[in-house]
Amino acid sequence: MRPGTDAAVLPDSDRDDATLRRFLHGLPGVDQVGAEGRAATLATRSIKTTAKAWAIDTAIRMVDLTTLEGADTPGKVRSLCSKAMRPDPSDPGVPAVAAVCVYPDLVETAVQALHGSQVAIASVATAFPSGRASLATKLVDVREAVAAGATEIDMVIDRGAFLAGRYGQVYDEIVAVKEACGNAHLKVILETGELVTLDNVRRASWLALLAGGDFIKTSTGKVSPAATPPVALVMLQAVRDFAARTGQIRGVKLAGGIRTSKEAVRYLVMVNEVAGDPWLRPATFRFGASSLLNDLLLQRHKLSTGAYDGPDYVTLD
Amino acid sequence: MTEIETPSTGFEYAPAPESAAIARLKQSYGIYVGGEFRAGRGEAVKTVNPATEEPLAEVAEASEADVDDAVAAARRAYDGAWSRLSGSARAKYLFRIARAIQERGRELAVLESLDNGKPIRESRDVDIPTAAAHFFYYAGWADKLGYAGFGPDPRPIGVAGQVIPWNFPLLMAAWKIAPALAAGNTVVLKPAETTPLTALTLAEIIAECDLPPGVVNVLPGGPAIGQALVEHEGVDKIAFTGSTAVGKQIQRSVAASGKRLSLELGGKAANIVFSDAPLDQAIEGIVNGIFFNQGHVCCAGSRLLVQESIHDEVVAGLKDRLRTLRLGDPLDKNTDIGAINSAAQLARIRELSDSGEAEGADRWSPACTLPDKGFWFPPTLFTGVSQANRIAREEIFGPVLSVLTFRTPQEAVDKANNTPYGLSAGIWTEKGSRILWMANRLRAGVVWANTFNRFDPTSPFGGYKESGFGREGGRHGLEAYLAH
Repeated sequence: MRPGTDAAVLPDSDRDDATLRRFLHGLPGVDQVGAEGRAATLATRSIKTTAKAWAIDTAIRMVDLTTLEGADTPGKVRSLCSKAMRPDPSDPGVPAVAAVCVYPDLVETAVQALHGSQVAIASVATAFPSGRASLATKLVDVREAVAAGATEIDMVIDRGAFLAGRYGQVYDEIVAVKEACGNAHLKVILETGELVTLDNVRRASWLALLAGGDFIKTSTGKVSPAATPPVALVMLQAVRDFAARTGQIRGVKLAGGIRTSKEAVRYLVMVNEVAGDPWLRPATFRFGASSLLNDLLLQRHKLSTGAYDGPDYVTLD
Repeated sequence: MTEIETPSTGFEYAPAPESAAIARLKQSYGIYVGGEFRAGRGEAVKTVNPATEEPLAEVAEASEADVDDAVAAARRAYDGAWSRLSGSARAKYLFRIARAIQERGRELAVLESLDNGKPIRESRDVDIPTAAAHFFYYAGWADKLGYAGFGPDPRPIGVAGQVIPWNFPLLMAAWKIAPALAAGNTVVLKPAETTPLTALTLAEIIAECDLPPGVVNVLPGGPAIGQALVEHEGVDKIAFTGSTAVGKQIQRSVAASGKRLSLELGGKAANIVFSDAPLDQAIEGIVNGIFFNQGHVCCAGSRLLVQESIHDEVVAGLKDRLRTLRLGDPLDKNTDIGAINSAAQLARIRELSDSGEAEGADRWSPACTLPDKGFWFPPTLFTGVSQANRIAREEIFGPVLSVLTFRTPQEAVDKANNTPYGLSAGIWTEKGSRILWMANRLRAGVVWANTFNRFDPTSPFGGYKESGFGREGGRHGLEAYLAH
């Protein structure tokens, strides 16, 4: 077992199953009814005019524009990359997105397509989306993606091991992947739809943070439910509490099922009121999405012109 | 990693006010007696917007002669058509009122926020929907009274005189009127002097729903009109919600009169947080318990009893949370804390808060700018409070929380019960057995577990000790309006 970066939280460098269990199960519980109620109340905030314009532009800058299909081709990825750099060809005022997110074998294509831009290249790895492969295989996956030029790695945790209580194994895998990442930032996908309870979400969040994940991420997008407001709430509380105890600010990425500007703005309200200002920036908060970007563009145009465009006025990808 | 390192400019919510025009305010209001709207023969009083101190409308209040008229009208209605109606026919009226409240929900919400000062988020999401829910719920009982557990054929009592407070003006009217009508009574309702407008709009709704004249009468007025109604010989039943001091007066004045009485009075509820509580939700519950409706809630969780081992953590979390509360224009949809209802109430909150400081407790409020005009008080936290301090014993009825500590469950029960009141209590723990153990020992009419200030028409509400007697809501709420 390797020591983590945060001895202040869990001083014992023997981070075995028993120690991790004591720590994770000693975290305050999450009352599901209360968490859902708080998320619902936050969703009633009314974000208008200047606040809405700010939120939409901020959300665009936070998008990890994603394609994770078996049918992905270099052509599809190149097209996605040009959209990432200039989301709206008719309006240079629209900011670029934070990153594109692709499978490892398409990282090289993305690197070429994004050359010279500020857009980061994220790659899913570690036998995404199920994570059902040996650690050695997962690490090869990560190293290849990094070698090809990925600057961010989105790994999946071993949900089977987590649910079986083998916290040490999950922890060790994250530590090993983090090491394989080198300078690339690590996003740890919890796949909250398979963890089911909010208590599990809180524990998995802390486990990933203790193991050195730079971001905790809700979902692969392949399991339903993906990102939900109560799950986002609990994860934001985790990074907030982690920062309070260690001084380290780690990020949150919501992925899967976020398709409308309204949802994105509601999540930014949640970030604002639960975690606070340090998380209102792309370095610490992301939306993993594909169709969300077009809705943000439509709403942005509506705000500036007063009229809605049809769907043919934004590009498909 | 290539990061887009743009400093956050901060997320400032732009104003999002609901239009005051939606309230359809009239310049003047009167009384509603015997199915007719007319000017009362009492004083003409201006009702003000507590957020701006500007007058909203003039109300021609009832006189004692109007009380006579209203009671006589209620009696005629009771002896006439109303008492001969079948339960299912009464239910139709109640369902109609419930739907009409929903249809005019937005208007009622804005009007309530204007007159009372509460945030539109609360009037829109709590007061008005819950008022409609009470009518729906009791509509369902109207033709099933024989199955309510009060005998096979329970009868109505007669004319009910109902006096309600200013903190939930429409909701309290619904709590009073719905069960009374479902059981077959007729009513004379006196809304609070500072908040008569939604009760008068409810009277309009009732008129539009074609209720027989005199079944519901609404008499805006001051304490003298309340007293005249309570002491009126033609009234068979009194229901009062308000302060314990007035409740005691009412109980004295109806003694030996043969009138039935139910009282829902003050409170000084303990919100008890154990070290194994779901902390984030507990902090939400504490905030909702005391800052909901500016703390103008009889069952507010105004005493936080927190286990000593987590005191610092909870207080730190609470302060962080209070910093995010938004105080200001009640009509802004993003406002969390609205205005204090009246200058008199503000003075009382100030006086008691100052006493807390004078008695040695530590006072804290988040940095927040209070508007220049209107009646405002910032969310306030007192730590280091002892059981002997006035702020731990007296009902403040404002956004002021007193934090006390305990060591063991028994000590928590002892401290929670050590008050003349007994309206509500809250327990926060992940341990189910402890919730049940505590609930059996707490002398409070409502005990919430891992939540606070949740209201539902199916759930009875009422007090122990000086918080009153009788229950409102649920099957139990029918008993106050049935002879059996």
